[in-house]
Amino acid sequence: MLNALPTLKETPSQTAGPYVHIGLTPGLEGMGGSNVPDLGSGPINAGNGQPITIAGCIFDGSAAPVGDAVVELWQADADGTHAEGWGRTAGAADGSFRFETIKPGRVLGPDGQPMAPHLTLWIVARGINVGLHTRLYFDDEGEANATDFILNRIMDSRRRKTLIAARSEVEGRPTYSLDIRLQGENETVFFDI
Amino acid sequence: MIPLPGEDGALYQRDRTWHPPANTPGYKSTTFRAPKHPPLSLAQTRSELTGPTFGHGSLGPLDNDLIHNFSAEGGEAIGQRLIVYGQVLDENARPVRGTLVEFWQANAGGRYRHKREGYVAALDPNFGGCGRAITDDNGYYHFRTIKPGAYPWPNGGNDWRPAHIHFSVFGHAFAQRLITQMYFEGDPMIWQDPIALSIPDRAAVEQLIARLDRQNTTPMDSLAYRFDIVLRGRRSTLFENRSEGN
Ligand SMILES: [Fe+3]
Repeated sequence: MLNALPTLKETPSQTAGPYVHIGLTPGLEGMGGSNVPDLGSGPINAGNGQPITIAGCIFDGSAAPVGDAVVELWQADADGTHAEGWGRTAGAADGSFRFETIKPGRVLGPDGQPMAPHLTLWIVARGINVGLHTRLYFDDEGEANATDFILNRIMDSRRRKTLIAARSEVEGRPTYSLDIRLQGENETVFFDI
Repeated sequence: MIPLPGEDGALYQRDRTWHPPANTPGYKSTTFRAPKHPPLSLAQTRSELTGPTFGHGSLGPLDNDLIHNFSAEGGEAIGQRLIVYGQVLDENARPVRGTLVEFWQANAGGRYRHKREGYVAALDPNFGGCGRAITDDNGYYHFRTIKPGAYPWPNGGNDWRPAHIHFSVFGHAFAQRLITQMYFEGDPMIWQDPIALSIPDRAAVEQLIARLDRQNTTPMDSLAYRFDIVLRGRRSTLFENRSEGN
């Protein structure tokens, strides 16, 4: 296999710092600016499908909530193709975040088989030097999860559950809850993608 | 269609030695926020090789003018006036077109407009401190602003951040997503800053330093600084059989 060598070095990452909300969710910070709504706010536009809520909380290694994060979500539509399914939210002071979206379909995996339905999450905050990539899977997709190429790459099977959100119903709407732990017991699996 | 080299296929692996490690004790906030497990290598799929796109309709007319985008009618932000511009490229030196670049910063006194800001410097009523731009067909972005001040922060006993502007860039794949900070050429405080020095390689820190560009200053108005940004590039896949493209 022949590959060209890269000619430039990627710009190094730096922490988003404690004031990332000014930059990425300025409306929520009351910045006004030129009065355009925050990019990625509101329900995620991933086409038609089963409406769901994603709810989570971010904790640090001392089990304290991370109250200054920004979380971005990228997902496929219900048919498994990626189009516009992007959202962004400011983590609240209590570490919580939520998205309103639809349940994604299955995307082709590296082995040519469909992966289990999942969302891709990216987390930045003060004290995070390089943005953290992870995934959210669904606990009512047990069969698909069991054969998912990526989940099966996690050699320590006990750690797989850190990516699997628990379903509940809130006023008839499926809500999937998953806490993100940056460090410590049950540290979330983060990916070098 | 045969893809051009570098235009299809997976992204080059991120060179983690060029980036700060997760735990950098000089920057104390990393202590409890750095994952202890190394990040797990993941074969890239469409979930990472695709990403959101933004049109010019996503932006307001003053989004790339921080001197005016928060000011009262007829007002202007106080400070040394700057044009900050640069080219967004990938590692193959190809322009990254039509991508969203966002930036935020302190005012000329070093104060952020944020409820948890603890520095006593004055707020500028005409300065908000955030903006955004979309790169043009050659990958260039630009914006007008004022030079941010240095500011103290609670880390060591008396640590000060060098003047800097925070940047967020998307690229075209979610795996290219990048947040970084831009510093100013000639600033001695860069080399005393625990956050800049979280990057182990001095040459990598140098890549974050914008160059003063006297050719692009506006007479009697603005100094210019150039800050180019490099996102991850794609490998050539001319000789690979792939079940999917992008
Ligand atoms: Fe800052």
